[in-house]
Amino acid sequence: MGDMIRRYGPGLTLLVCLLTAFWLVMLVIVPNMTLLESSFRPYLPVTEIGGPRDVYTFTNYLKVFNGDIELSPFGFTFHLPVHVLTFSLTLFYSVVVTLICFALAYPLSYFMAKILSPRSLPTMFLLLFVPLWVSEVLRAFAWWMILALKGPLSWLLMQLHLIDHEVRWIVGYNGVMIGLVYTYVLFMIFPVYNAISSLDSNQIEAAEDLGAPWWRIHLRIVLPHAKPGIASGAVMVFMLSAGSLLVPSILGSTTSQWFTQTVQQWMLDALDWNTAAAYAFLLLMMCTLFVSLVMKIFRVKLSDIAN
Amino acid sequence: MSAGIDLENVSCDFGSFRAVDNANVAIRPGEFFSFLGPSGCGKTTILRMISGFIEPTQGTIKIGDKDMKGQRPNQRPTALIFQNLALFPLMPIWENISFGLEVRGVDKATRRAKAQALLEMVDLPGAADKMVSQLSGGQKQRVAIARALAVEPKVMLLDEPLSALDLKLRQHMRAELRAIQKRTGVTFIYITHDQGEALAMSDRVGVMSQGRIQQVADPREIYNNPVNGFVASFVGENNIFAGSVTNASDGMSGFETAHGALRARLGALAKGSNIKLYVRPEHTILSETAAAENSIPVTVSEVSFEGAFISVLSKTASGQTVVAELRNDGSATVPDIGAARFAHFNASHASILPDAATGV
Repeated sequence: MGDMIRRYGPGLTLLVCLLTAFWLVMLVIVPNMTLLESSFRPYLPVTEIGGPRDVYTFTNYLKVFNGDIELSPFGFTFHLPVHVLTFSLTLFYSVVVTLICFALAYPLSYFMAKILSPRSLPTMFLLLFVPLWVSEVLRAFAWWMILALKGPLSWLLMQLHLIDHEVRWIVGYNGVMIGLVYTYVLFMIFPVYNAISSLDSNQIEAAEDLGAPWWRIHLRIVLPHAKPGIASGAVMVFMLSAGSLLVPSILGSTTSQWFTQTVQQWMLDALDWNTAAAYAFLLLMMCTLFVSLVMKIFRVKLSDIAN
Repeated sequence: MSAGIDLENVSCDFGSFRAVDNANVAIRPGEFFSFLGPSGCGKTTILRMISGFIEPTQGTIKIGDKDMKGQRPNQRPTALIFQNLALFPLMPIWENISFGLEVRGVDKATRRAKAQALLEMVDLPGAADKMVSQLSGGQKQRVAIARALAVEPKVMLLDEPLSALDLKLRQHMRAELRAIQKRTGVTFIYITHDQGEALAMSDRVGVMSQGRIQQVADPREIYNNPVNGFVASFVGENNIFAGSVTNASDGMSGFETAHGALRARLGALAKGSNIKLYVRPEHTILSETAAAENSIPVTVSEVSFEGAFISVLSKTASGQTVVAELRNDGSATVPDIGAARFAHFNASHASILPDAATGV
């Protein structure tokens, strides 16, 4: 602090500190604390707020266990609360999105970092960035049109005689998967690219010289080196996917439901902000828990990701 | 165990740049062979062609009489030691060393035992479970050698592996490398720009310049009988006199220069123009009286004390510098600066050589 004052003068230092404090307190801590506080209070008519029934309770959180439905996948029949099912499916499909993103990003990152000539790299980055210049809503709608029953994808495949009648692509979670992968794959590509490009190419050559086939070079040299980058990419894609509302709303089908949509329904349809807040915190906590668990299993430290 | 390497008319182009031009050399099995040359002379390209990372544009590379065309580095019986060593920092030392065996499907216990044996051979018995970052420069060097030896290569390729070490360690590792080569009997191909390293370690040396191999011979021959001016100048120092050949006979020739008529051995390739006379400073003698032949009047201009020898710089009437080296054993008297002397040399110690590369 003393160093900052000496370097920038008291005026500028005070301004920077105040701005940081404003951002931290007003934009992060206060809204979240308000939401957290309201998540423990019941949803009451305005006249009763502050009255004898306005007490702190876990009821909002426990609502997630209401509304049993019967499921019978693969012949096993069991009962599950509907919101727990939505939550589990959200986690499951977010993991799938993360895996697909990794499968797409790893070869591309390796290609960009080790094979592509440095002269073509700016063009490649530009090509990757162009879709980001378009708003997420428009991108989701573009996919909605592409995947429509009589949309361009069906038409193209019909022309190529790969299919003989139009296909409804947005079924179940298909549309959501495609939309999420398209939206978030860049968040995987860049950390993985950064990690791989910091690998000394001599190590790849040394491994090849010692007789290693390409897959073993990746398994033993490139992947371990890129692990922190992969971890940070995976955490970002997973968290963003699980927390995405726009893509599941636009590209969802009649049989898909994302947990964020449930939160939105509590918020806007039921107008029960208290329960919505409780659900939002449930999502945040469970995702954080899940990510920590996975990081533990793969022996990734938080400090690795920060690098 | 070891294999010879034959380069037959090997050339390598990078775009319009010819990095290696028609290289022909037969490296014998079990030999310690060095490619010596300045940076950019094509020596590393030759090494990368032998190891398989670059395909020659023309010509054939044979290892143990087998044509290596189309063979990837992981299919060749060579092991390369990189300039920066390229050890794997995320593996412990023993896994580094046994990586080549892991690739070949050797079980873990055997791998571990082999790594231990190799570590003992390179004098690092306790390092098996350490990480690369815990070792010093010289120790990493040894691990790199052990890792390359683990796959029992027929040919070891070394790309200036000692250049990052300090002087004392480098001299120690020279001897060590030489000893390991003798013990294992593997053919070593060593790349260096350091003439001292090449001369001290090698059985034979190939001197390269501008993509061409200038001369292949044992170290003494390279130093004492260089084939051209490049080899003579790159390996050691010279006093050089321009002039023209007059009456040549029996391998000796008169040489007409601005400093009068000289006489020296006539190099086999010394034909046409651009030929000069080369004589080493240690063969150049300064005396107060003129000698019978090869005697040039000079004035002493500078004395530089180098430790084992004293180098005396003097100038001829036309201002050319002539260097003479005196051994610091008390036998020679060091002349004063400004003293008039005669620089002379024995005709059999001087050679008349062409300037540029004519190839071998």
